Amino acid sequence: MAQNPFPLGKDELLKAYRTMRTIREFEERLHVDFAKGDIPGFVHLYAGEEACATGIMMHLNDNDRIASTHRGHGHCIAKGVDVHAMMAEIYGRSTGACRGKGGSMHIADLSKGMMGANGILGAGAPLICGAALAAKVRGDRGVGITFVGDGASNQGTFLESLNLAAVWNLPVVFVVENNGYAESTAMEWAVSCDSYVDRATGFGMPGVTVDGTDFFAVYEAAGEIIRRARDGGGPALLECNMVRFYGHFEGDAQTYRAKGELEAIRATRDCLTILSERVIEAGVIGRDELQTIDREVNALIEDAVRAAKAAPLPVAEDLLRDVYVSY
Amino acid sequence: MSRKISMKQAINEALDLEMRRDPTVIVMGEDIVGGTGAQGEDDAWGGVLGVTKGLYAKHGNRLMDTPLSESAYIGAAVGAAACGLRPVAELMFLDFMGVCFDQIFNQAAKFRYMFGGKAETPVVIRGMVGAGFRAAAQHSQMLTPLFTHIPGLKVVCPSNAYDAKGLLIQSIRDNDPVIFCEHKNLYGLECEVPAESYAIPFGEANVLRDGDDVTIVSYGLTVHRAMEAATALAKDGTEAEVIDLRTLSPIDWDTIVESVERTGRLVVVDEAHPRCNLATDIAAFVGQNAFGALKAGIQMVTAPHTPVPFAPSLEDLYVPSADSIASAVKRTLSPKGARSIAA
Repeated sequence: MAQNPFPLGKDELLKAYRTMRTIREFEERLHVDFAKGDIPGFVHLYAGEEACATGIMMHLNDNDRIASTHRGHGHCIAKGVDVHAMMAEIYGRSTGACRGKGGSMHIADLSKGMMGANGILGAGAPLICGAALAAKVRGDRGVGITFVGDGASNQGTFLESLNLAAVWNLPVVFVVENNGYAESTAMEWAVSCDSYVDRATGFGMPGVTVDGTDFFAVYEAAGEIIRRARDGGGPALLECNMVRFYGHFEGDAQTYRAKGELEAIRATRDCLTILSERVIEAGVIGRDELQTIDREVNALIEDAVRAAKAAPLPVAEDLLRDVYVSY
Repeated sequence: MSRKISMKQAINEALDLEMRRDPTVIVMGEDIVGGTGAQGEDDAWGGVLGVTKGLYAKHGNRLMDTPLSESAYIGAAVGAAACGLRPVAELMFLDFMGVCFDQIFNQAAKFRYMFGGKAETPVVIRGMVGAGFRAAAQHSQMLTPLFTHIPGLKVVCPSNAYDAKGLLIQSIRDNDPVIFCEHKNLYGLECEVPAESYAIPFGEANVLRDGDDVTIVSYGLTVHRAMEAATALAKDGTEAEVIDLRTLSPIDWDTIVESVERTGRLVVVDEAHPRCNLATDIAAFVGQNAFGALKAGIQMVTAPHTPVPFAPSLEDLYVPSADSIASAVKRTLSPKGARSIAA
């Protein structure tokens, strides 16, 4: 066995790969099942972006909070939300993470520190300031991570939260998942600055840009700023440059993309391929070990879909339940 | 021990008592301490009208000034509530809800239901409502119907110091998000208030005056106008029952319906604009559930469908007056009023 050149041990590397593969299979399966008409509503897939959620979440525990986005499946899985409960939620079943009341855009599991995917762009940033404030008041060393896309990075809530977190010195990391597109609109057009580091600087906090398709780049950059926040050093911004393998939502014909763009990013910027090749090439993990994980993940997703389809639907009495704690 | 204190003092006292009782209660808002980071006195303001004055000296950093950044800090209060604190966020004038409403109606109000009953958001957002302060269109509105429209929010609007203290204590202990509406023209009004802690349950209206001839329902400042009208009407032999709702969501339908079934006449008074407000809501409910008891058409007395004007001569016309309430009562008692329902 070759010497491990990576900042993680073999077990941790396998865990990271399993997480990324689980997100990928989850999303690929949704892509297929949505097209068949099996899934109500609409879904936004995280495929292609797995290294970002995973590289960050490897540093967190259940006591740390995250606020996610409309494209939240990857964040949920990486934060440890149960895959069966997620799939059932997306299928609108009573066994879902939110008992079928939330759907794809609102999956939450507060026991895992997952404060919700969010259908309102940029809305998670103020919420995570509150989560970080709670951690600070309790003195429990918890941190809060909020994710926004390059699109939502223009929301007032996000910009106000950068300021508030700096003023209150909150343990928050603002992650900009820059996949180049705000829905269909190019980031280069819609974002007025050249670099998110400039935005961070403008709010008096450090900013770092990494290649979000490189798990190790994300992992190392996130580790440093999360540690800093945990130690009371205050907020920071992390920009992950990454790629979105599917449209803004399922059914998006993606006519705004350049010819050959999707094929190119699949061929050259697939974060799972990049991670696999590096660990195999370094001789730390064998291809067969990854293939074993692939088979196990396939079985897990298959079982999650089977269970979701077999699960009961919410019934009429659920309609009025849980509006208030008490009334 | 009971003594006369103002509604402003009662709110201050409720915050103080709850902060003493529960270490998870924190208070935040713009200038609620005042002068943070400046060279002068600590606790310089205690809120723009001094409601939180003196609490910083007692509770220190559990009172937090915020940047002028309502979306960020109201959202932070909501997020902290979802993570186990009980924040009370002051939104100076509830008119400012316009810049941070998403965090209230799309986030706080929805968490419990949208997350399948697995989240609680015990946040209180308190601030000033109402006209009569010469503060013009953006600092004077009665926006209560916006809040009662949203499932998941509880909405409170006290009319006096006693209720303000008990209802705010209940709001802080409540596990749902509460919008606590403080009428700025009632801040100075004094009444007997016990020094000790007490909570007033939500959904229990207060019958301020018994009467068998007509039911007047209101909340906030116009409760006092309704009482003035009732006193004037009594001189002519008309006995009005006056109901102070105290909480608008939940609302005490039973007390309203029981009263109307006895009096047969209803006047609803609301300082909000006339469309889709508490008055129309109550009128519709009574029309649907107690139609047989009505002897006359229901009368609604509201602000007009205009922004709040600045000029004192106009603003005085804007808020429902005792005279306009008395006139509405007389309409329900007139043969024409009675005919309107028979026709």
